[in-house]
Amino acid sequence: MNFSKYLLQRLIYAFLVLIVISFLIFMIVQLPRGDAVDRIVNARQAQGDIITEEDEAALRAQYGLDKPVFVQYFIWAAQFARGNMGHSMLGIPVDKLINERIAATVLLSVISLIVTYALAVPIGIYSATHQYSLGDYFWTFVGFIGLATPNFLLALILLFLFHKFFGLSIGGLFSPGVEEQPWSPAKALDLLNHLWIPIIVIVTAQTAGTIRTMRATLLDELGQQYVVTARAKGLRYRQLLFKYPVRLALNPVVNSIGYILPRLISGQTIVAIVLNLPTLGPLLFSALLAEDLELATSILMIQSILAVIGVILGDIILSMYDPRIRMEKGVT
Amino acid sequence: MSDVVLEVKDLHTYFELEEGTLKAVNGVSFTIRKNRTLGIVGESGCGKSVTAQSIMRITPKKNSRINGQILLHHDSGLIDIARLDEDSDEMRDLRGRDIAMIFQEPMTAFSPVHTIGNQIMEALFVHGEKDKRAARNHIISLLDEVGIPAPERRIDEYSFQLSGGMRQRSMIAMAIVLNPRLLIADEPTTALDVTIQSQILRLLKRLQRDNGMAIMFITHDLGVIANMADDVAVMYLGKIVEYGASREIFKNPKHPYTKGLLRSIPKFGEKEGAHLATIKGTVPVPLDPPDACPFANRCGEFIAGKCDIRMPAAVQVAPGHSVNCVLYE
Repeated sequence: MNFSKYLLQRLIYAFLVLIVISFLIFMIVQLPRGDAVDRIVNARQAQGDIITEEDEAALRAQYGLDKPVFVQYFIWAAQFARGNMGHSMLGIPVDKLINERIAATVLLSVISLIVTYALAVPIGIYSATHQYSLGDYFWTFVGFIGLATPNFLLALILLFLFHKFFGLSIGGLFSPGVEEQPWSPAKALDLLNHLWIPIIVIVTAQTAGTIRTMRATLLDELGQQYVVTARAKGLRYRQLLFKYPVRLALNPVVNSIGYILPRLISGQTIVAIVLNLPTLGPLLFSALLAEDLELATSILMIQSILAVIGVILGDIILSMYDPRIRMEKGVT
Repeated sequence: MSDVVLEVKDLHTYFELEEGTLKAVNGVSFTIRKNRTLGIVGESGCGKSVTAQSIMRITPKKNSRINGQILLHHDSGLIDIARLDEDSDEMRDLRGRDIAMIFQEPMTAFSPVHTIGNQIMEALFVHGEKDKRAARNHIISLLDEVGIPAPERRIDEYSFQLSGGMRQRSMIAMAIVLNPRLLIADEPTTALDVTIQSQILRLLKRLQRDNGMAIMFITHDLGVIANMADDVAVMYLGKIVEYGASREIFKNPKHPYTKGLLRSIPKFGEKEGAHLATIKGTVPVPLDPPDACPFANRCGEFIAGKCDIRMPAAVQVAPGHSVNCVLYE
């Protein structure tokens, strides 16, 4: 099997997975008692309008809610596939709301992932090659502090500190008024100035786990026979360290892209709320609170698609990286 | 004595552990000559592998200590390996070029994510080869020489695509790529089945005939030793207890331990249901061992007040045949 065939196969599987996910999401969101019409009726009655049974039925027919739930699903899925996600309860098209936030979400997730690896991998290598040294303990300590500190708390503390000592307001991704401006170096700089606080907050929580993984697997690999073989060939320790054990120890780290990336995309809601970040998390949160079902369903669907893409990316990178996995899957 | 390749004199390799000093190799001396094979035989934990690792200077750096002399007879004169820094360029230059080693477990001795060609060629590149194409052609002909079919295809395969025998052949190719003077084979056939085992032994013998290298052959298998070795050193608990020409040792063993080992080989035509002779007890751990005959507590001919007070000196019982036992003092 060649690579494009493998890729095609993965995409077909991903598509099937998404169909199942979409069905589940649709059903779960429909689960609570009552529907959109009930809420409209309640709202109108609260304003003093009088609504008859016929009006209600007419409304249901208008929204397609009189049809069986399976039919509703297919209508919704067909619309979604065409990119028509309907309107939120506030009357704004859902795709517009999501589009505004998807770039920020992906940007934050990918940068966080890169920074996490850029920090965790070297620290993990250091910790493993200097096992039980002061430095090893130091980084372990720092890592666990990061892991144990609640994200939102760290976000609040940073907000407070920056406000108190620098007089800066660092919520959001842009300074007030900058977001609407066209892209310019000044705007990019402003983005960078705002980006690193959320990155710090997200990365502190992610890094510890990756450091531990890197350290543990590298320690394992350092004890392997092939390390001795390489030494017996006359290789310098540094040469062989990076060519053999580090390369093999990176395997589970590469593998973790597949689950860290989806987690970053769909998680971090509380941090995003605290830091006022325009990502999908807070939007989903408010949609659920407001029972804005169309919006919530669409956001969940988009997050699922991003997560599945993350998993596929992780798999592809891993199969390029490790010949054993390539062969196992029959990819040449 | 110009054909001497390596002289080991009173080698001690200790490991400092929390529980005490582990004297893995405790005063070992032997000589290995060009074109000859020295067999080192003994049970697990007798220090035979640590002896090999000491010669290569690949013992764990953190807690190991090497004393004594490991004299490599080099064109440019004598080099005492025991005095070199294990990370020095000088030592690294000897590894792979002058002394090479093949290991017991060919599965794990190769990295699974690099092709075997890559890993064998590396030995050339480390020691100064620059021309990649020449290196590749060299490796292909070498793989052919060690009996790997379709070497131009195999060179780009990974270790997990090869059979155990192929892997061991590849490892031998990796070890002899620079024509070392001394090849250390640490249980090279233990993980292989018997037919592959005899193929590998024949291959090693042929390579020795062609290249004239000295071989230090480590095994616990006396049958393999009888087949391979010109000289034999029997090790027990970090010491050599008997040393001599292979034929002499097998025909005329002196030390009670050697005798015990030879008795415990099953023989053809033995009466069915007969019990195989064993040596009672197990090898003790050499943690701060007393200064006595290491075999005393398991020996059938133990003499109280003699065996347990000091290490017996080596006694010549025949030309070139020495034994460390009070029975011959």
